[in-house]
Amino acid sequence: RTGANNSHRLFCSSLSPEFDSSIPLSLFHLPFLRLLFCLQTTSVNQLEQTCNFFPPLSLSFSTSSTPSVTLFRVSTPFPMASLQQSPAIKGAKVLMVGAGGIGCELLKTLALSGFEDIHIIDMDTIEVSNLNRQFLFRQKHVGQSKAKVARDAVLRFRPHISISSYHANVKDSNFNVDFFKQFNVVLNGLDNLDARRHVNRLCLAAEVPLVESGTTGFLGQVSVHVKGRTDCYECNPKPSPKTYPVCTITSTPSKFVHCIVWAKELLFAKLFGDKNQDNDLNVRSSDSTGSSEQAEDVFERKANESIEQYGRRIYDHVFGYNIEQALSNEETWKSRNKPRPIYSRDVISAELMQQNGNSDKAGSAGDPLSVSAMASLGLKNPQDLWSLKDNSRVFFEALKLFFGKREKEIGSLCFDKDDPLAVEFVTAAANIRAASFGIPLHSLFEAKGIAGNIVHAVATTNAIVAGLIVIEAIKVLQKDFDSYRMSYCLEHVTQKMLIMPVQPFEPNKSCCVCSETPLTLEIDTNHSKLRDFVEKIVKAKLSMTSPLIMHGSSLLYEVGDDLDDAMIANYSANLEKVLSSLPSPVTSGTMLTVEDLQQEFTCNINIKHREEFDEENEPDGMVLHGWTQVPTKPKDDDDKPPTGNGDSSKTSQTETVEAEAEVVVKINIEEIGASGNKRKAPDSRDISTDPPSNDVNEATAANHKKVHKIDDGDDEEELVMLDHWDIDTNKKQKLR
Amino acid sequence: KPSFGLYGTRKTFLFSSDSSKPILPCSSTLSEVGAGLQREFGFPVVWFGRCVIQVQFTDSGISRVLGFSSLLLNCLLIVNLVTRVRLEMEGEQLTEQETALYDRQIRVWGADAQRRLSKSHIFVYGMKGTVAEFCKNIVLAGVGSVTLMDDRAVTNEALASNFLIPPEEKVYSGKTLAELCCDSLKEFNPMVHVSVEKAELVTLGQQFFEKFDVVVISSCPPATKILINEKCRKLSKRVAFYTVECRDSCGEIFVDLQNYKYMKKGKADGPASECELRYSSFQEATSAPWGRLQRRTSKLYFAMRVIESFEEANGRNPGVFSVEDVPAVLQLKRKLCEAQSVSESFVPDTLLERLVIGSIEFPPVCAIIGGILGQEVIKAISGKGDPVKNFFYFDVVDGKGVIEDISSRAPEADSASSKSANIITQVVLE
Repeated sequence: RTGANNSHRLFCSSLSPEFDSSIPLSLFHLPFLRLLFCLQTTSVNQLEQTCNFFPPLSLSFSTSSTPSVTLFRVSTPFPMASLQQSPAIKGAKVLMVGAGGIGCELLKTLALSGFEDIHIIDMDTIEVSNLNRQFLFRQKHVGQSKAKVARDAVLRFRPHISISSYHANVKDSNFNVDFFKQFNVVLNGLDNLDARRHVNRLCLAAEVPLVESGTTGFLGQVSVHVKGRTDCYECNPKPSPKTYPVCTITSTPSKFVHCIVWAKELLFAKLFGDKNQDNDLNVRSSDSTGSSEQAEDVFERKANESIEQYGRRIYDHVFGYNIEQALSNEETWKSRNKPRPIYSRDVISAELMQQNGNSDKAGSAGDPLSVSAMASLGLKNPQDLWSLKDNSRVFFEALKLFFGKREKEIGSLCFDKDDPLAVEFVTAAANIRAASFGIPLHSLFEAKGIAGNIVHAVATTNAIVAGLIVIEAIKVLQKDFDSYRMSYCLEHVTQKMLIMPVQPFEPNKSCCVCSETPLTLEIDTNHSKLRDFVEKIVKAKLSMTSPLIMHGSSLLYEVGDDLDDAMIANYSANLEKVLSSLPSPVTSGTMLTVEDLQQEFTCNINIKHREEFDEENEPDGMVLHGWTQVPTKPKDDDDKPPTGNGDSSKTSQTETVEAEAEVVVKINIEEIGASGNKRKAPDSRDISTDPPSNDVNEATAANHKKVHKIDDGDDEEELVMLDHWDIDTNKKQKLR
Repeated sequence: KPSFGLYGTRKTFLFSSDSSKPILPCSSTLSEVGAGLQREFGFPVVWFGRCVIQVQFTDSGISRVLGFSSLLLNCLLIVNLVTRVRLEMEGEQLTEQETALYDRQIRVWGADAQRRLSKSHIFVYGMKGTVAEFCKNIVLAGVGSVTLMDDRAVTNEALASNFLIPPEEKVYSGKTLAELCCDSLKEFNPMVHVSVEKAELVTLGQQFFEKFDVVVISSCPPATKILINEKCRKLSKRVAFYTVECRDSCGEIFVDLQNYKYMKKGKADGPASECELRYSSFQEATSAPWGRLQRRTSKLYFAMRVIESFEEANGRNPGVFSVEDVPAVLQLKRKLCEAQSVSESFVPDTLLERLVIGSIEFPPVCAIIGGILGQEVIKAISGKGDPVKNFFYFDVVDGKGVIEDISSRAPEADSASSKSANIITQVVLE
């Protein structure tokens, strides 16, 4: 009797003497075939003979005489290229999330490899800076949907396959668990942590295997996540986006990135953004002036005020007056370098102010993104370092252009890295502030990288990673569990390897996502509002999109389309209440249940009351425990001296850039050494590579005792090797 | 960017580049003229007495003299000079368009690496799937030019793994592989010049290769590879030579950078140190005695040599194999193992079988090998990063992408390379 299921795992038992040799022969055409033979010893010879008809199969048999049935396992070394014809691939329905750098490569490789039913979701549209690696796109496609253009491009060389594109956010409610269930495998080529978590939860709920990937620069990573068999995406700590203590940004910047955050989040938002939004710039600058009414006036343009006067007033207030105010608090500057107040009159003369800029060159008013202060000032190279004077000129010119050509947008602008004028303004403001605090200035190119959280990306790494994803996807479709691998693309040659495979991790038993372990939240229940909890924990940390919060059986909060007005009013009232005064009070010892209906993800949180929080280290005013995210730790001691001479070195020193791929590499290094001189590497080491952000390194460093840092001169990434990886939290099997 | 200061013992000045406003009054003195030129174009000028000499700068200092004016300077002359300088400048600096397009990768390898890339010329032979991937990668990266050569017609195999070829017969019939790939590659990046060269590879003279900085050879007999490699090695300029082959789930890259000096990044915050690597030729590297190589050397190295000798012995075109060849290949392997006095199990039969019957390329492997090769070529052109020395292997079955350093030269004779190899080992071990 023979029987094959759709995974091409064949079970042959009790082969009879009339065994038809043609059956296994045709079966051997199946790639990755794994045969489990249960047969009587007498049949072995027969099978061997059969296999001899097919020379590529060299089978070795061993028989055991004790039972009448013996088990064999045979892996065939079958040519992979013929996989293109394999029903496992042809019949597979694949979902790709993301049509960016990895996505383009992946779609091409999938189509070439014989996949015929591919669905692709991407919410983005094409930009010029994508064209250097997202090769399915052309200049003429700029502004169009990535998913759609990628689909059309691939159909040109594979016209007969089916590709469905969705120009939409994967978090949209129609991409629910049922939607995910129709796929055999989900392949991620995403650029942010939030969406990755979302897809991870949907895959867990729908029980669809997920192949996750990421790249940054020459580093890349591919991993397989299958519920119950491997870890889930959230089982292991991920570096979180960097947050900075408020007072570092508002009063004591020590690095250029602090100045960028100040210019972007505070000054830019204050001048051009929503006036009603909370803004620490306002609070801090008015502290010493007393009345907040007065401070508010500073940023408001007066009716009879020329734009030059207004600009000078803002400039003198934020770079001069505010610094003087800060200097008056001597305590602050005992262990720090004192900043220098900068006034516009010292930097830029009145005449120069008049002739500053030629607005005709600045671009047309019709297209806001063509307006540029650099163009109107005749500054050309974005990689040049501007002097304080140049920066001040750009500051005034950008302000003038905002009011002159884009006045309608003022009040509703958000910083956007693709808005040249916004980038120019933020660069100039950050540089002036940096000059005031004695921090080295940066070029527009570098500042843009920092402000826009721009990820380093090259085509080659994406191509390699896409190849690795397809290989893993095929293994998943073949249900070839034992050969699943997590693969890393390395830049530094470690163990002679540029591509390093490791066995997938086992599920983390205390992972709150795939094993429902409750979390603990320390929070001041008498002062924190439900809104704080929703914003800072449920949304920011747990990445829920449509949360529902329950205390026992009573609903505290819910998001959804089908709510009636009374409920909405009730929930918004709840949002403004402190936890302890909610209709069903949340106090120490309460267990809250937070659920996301779309992600089908539920999480229990034990509340623990705590009153004191350290503003520097715990800026949220609450601390979540049991969450696998790496805690961010403030650091003033990680200033690296500027080294290297590459143009990119300065950009990467600044460690804000949130990686497109948070590449956390945990590598179990094989034995080192040549034959006869075998040396064991430490039991397991951990290599964390997260070039732009040091968070991982910092945080993991805190958790481990012995840390070797290898920093390449260019600061492009940092390798941290850890000798004492905590075996309990991360069980890893050694690569055979 | 050169910094301001005295340079040399004569009255020779370098001026800092500061690109603020111009322009030169007619009655300028020599030094004013120089400063003005400097200001206007951000272009350094060196003075020798009363001659002005334009020079081009690289990281290591002045690289070559571009031209100089006569003794008597007047404004007219300066204007001429200025126009020339400007023309030359176009090629020197990245344009706005380039900066916008290459933004993300400049953040990886820096603006001068990008400049060097845009001036490099690459020759590619053998347009199969892996090479198509490689070409896509370097065209996207923004090299100066790519010259393709492959006069073969489209086959089903080419259609299966080469995404540069449109599948409609009316489009591809009558065109060579190189022409079809060229048409597609041009679209990827209008700033890269892609062209086709029609000729017999073996008949190309040495001077043909002088035009190129990088030569990549694929899908041709080993004898041809050796021949081209030797031609490149004889040139006075250094031409980086690569071969690449993919069979089934495996791929091999060979690298010959001859004597390659580069700045190796220092450990931790340490300074970068100059590192010199000495590469073997293709012939030297493929004729290393097996017995002397480490046991851990990738089996693919040996298997590929068996396949090569089979091709040589039978006069086959590479890649034309069938299941029937398996016994003959295994036979040949046994002979080779005997000749090399290693045991037969040194080269696993299963691996050879895979390579023989799976002579078609597997697209994911094309993507991986093409990606690694692209990365290596970019490293060699830009002088940034540690290059592979001198083989790279990837096999889907174990998932490892491994570097092997193999040469037939005795290690003692190769002191420089072993020294640098030691440096690398040290870094790894520590």
